[in-house]
Amino acid sequence: MKRTEPFEMYQPTTLQEASRLLKEHGPGGRFLAGGTDLVIAMKEKGLLPKYIVDLKRVPGLSGIREKGDGSIALGALTTMYEIETSPLIRKKYPFLAQSAAEVGSIQIRNRATVGGNMANATPSADVAPALIALDAAAKIASASAERTIPLKEFFQGPGQTVMNTDEILTEITIPKTDPRLVGEYIKFSPREMMDLAYVGVAVVYNLGAQDKKCEGVRIVLGAVAPTPIRAERAEAALEGQVLTEALAEKVGQIAAEEAKPISDVRSSADYRRAMVGAMTKRALLNAAVGPATSWYDRRDRRY
Amino acid sequence: MNKAIHFTLNGKPASREVLTHRLLLDLLRDEIGLTGTKEGCGTGDCGACTVYLNGKPVNSCLVLSGELDGADIVTIEGLKIGPELHPIQKTFLQDGGAQCGYCTPGMLMMAKALLDENTNPTEEEIRFALAGNLCRCTGYAKIVQAVQDAAAMLRK
Repeated sequence: MKRTEPFEMYQPTTLQEASRLLKEHGPGGRFLAGGTDLVIAMKEKGLLPKYIVDLKRVPGLSGIREKGDGSIALGALTTMYEIETSPLIRKKYPFLAQSAAEVGSIQIRNRATVGGNMANATPSADVAPALIALDAAAKIASASAERTIPLKEFFQGPGQTVMNTDEILTEITIPKTDPRLVGEYIKFSPREMMDLAYVGVAVVYNLGAQDKKCEGVRIVLGAVAPTPIRAERAEAALEGQVLTEALAEKVGQIAAEEAKPISDVRSSADYRRAMVGAMTKRALLNAAVGPATSWYDRRDRRY
Repeated sequence: MNKAIHFTLNGKPASREVLTHRLLLDLLRDEIGLTGTKEGCGTGDCGACTVYLNGKPVNSCLVLSGELDGADIVTIEGLKIGPELHPIQKTFLQDGGAQCGYCTPGMLMMAKALLDENTNPTEEEIRFALAGNLCRCTGYAKIVQAVQDAAAMLRK
């Protein structure tokens, strides 16, 4: 395996300093979080950053906090393993914890961060669909300003986000949700672990206790478009309706029409599209019966 | 770019001048001489290079030395404390949990990380924990057995 080439490395201790370094040193610099994408890109794809700005010495960028208003803040440097094992996330959003557990191995998840995963903007990023389905927002800071944008608008294309080079993703915020909220994330890939998603589907809706109607429906697709996308026509087809197997099938078909998959070494576009339909249906029905208890259970689960 | 770092290695304080772009794996093997940690894929898929960084198992092939100031690093050489083998080492020997042996250091590190948190794991929990450790001899059944036996030993 090829080795990384030399580069300058900075370890700022404030966000302002980190942002200023990128501004002053100009193009060719990269921020470093967990390194599980960046170091692989340097070794495997010949990426040669002129300099690296390690964000891990900046305090306050990691950890999961529930705020007074019921929202939850995920610091950008929170690791996938922290999300996967957080009692708060497991209780409130088990499908989000599970989507984090779908990333690589435990060794990878102890390093990979939610901020790095979002900032690298891989179309198949596993936690992105669940976060978008929860209407999460991205907090972005530079030396002089801070802004917040919906995560849905954060991604611009493979590897591309709305951030300028001197901007840093500092936090993902999940707004307060309805107590009736249920959800599911299905990663569809030929191997059960250590694989990238052919198709990722996150669904979230508020399930009426009495009338069983679905409200606030979110259906978010990963790996089947240049960015994670919401299947808004499919969402509308379920909004206010009582979920049945026939309706789930129909909603799945609409979601499949909304996907814009490509053919590549992993799978053909047609197959991906068909799987969007099947997995959306399955995710909608699984969500209604509650979270799976283990990955064995999840693998075989058909609502 | 050179950088002076202070860290803890297998429980002992250490100081070194390192190249910031040097991988932790290469620092351990080629500069410090701890060759128990292996390189398999080099891209974080196989787990042969697993070490503990600040108490957590990570792929040392993806860690840059420039990040290591103040770090606590434990390698396979630091798994046993004192003359006695760790139970997980004993049961890998006893159960034949190694064929060619190349994945073994990583397997042991990951198995111990699991047992530190859970001394009564189910088979599926063991397979989940070891998902990022590939054995190309495919001797997984005996590896899982060894972890179960080590867990039983630790529960006594």
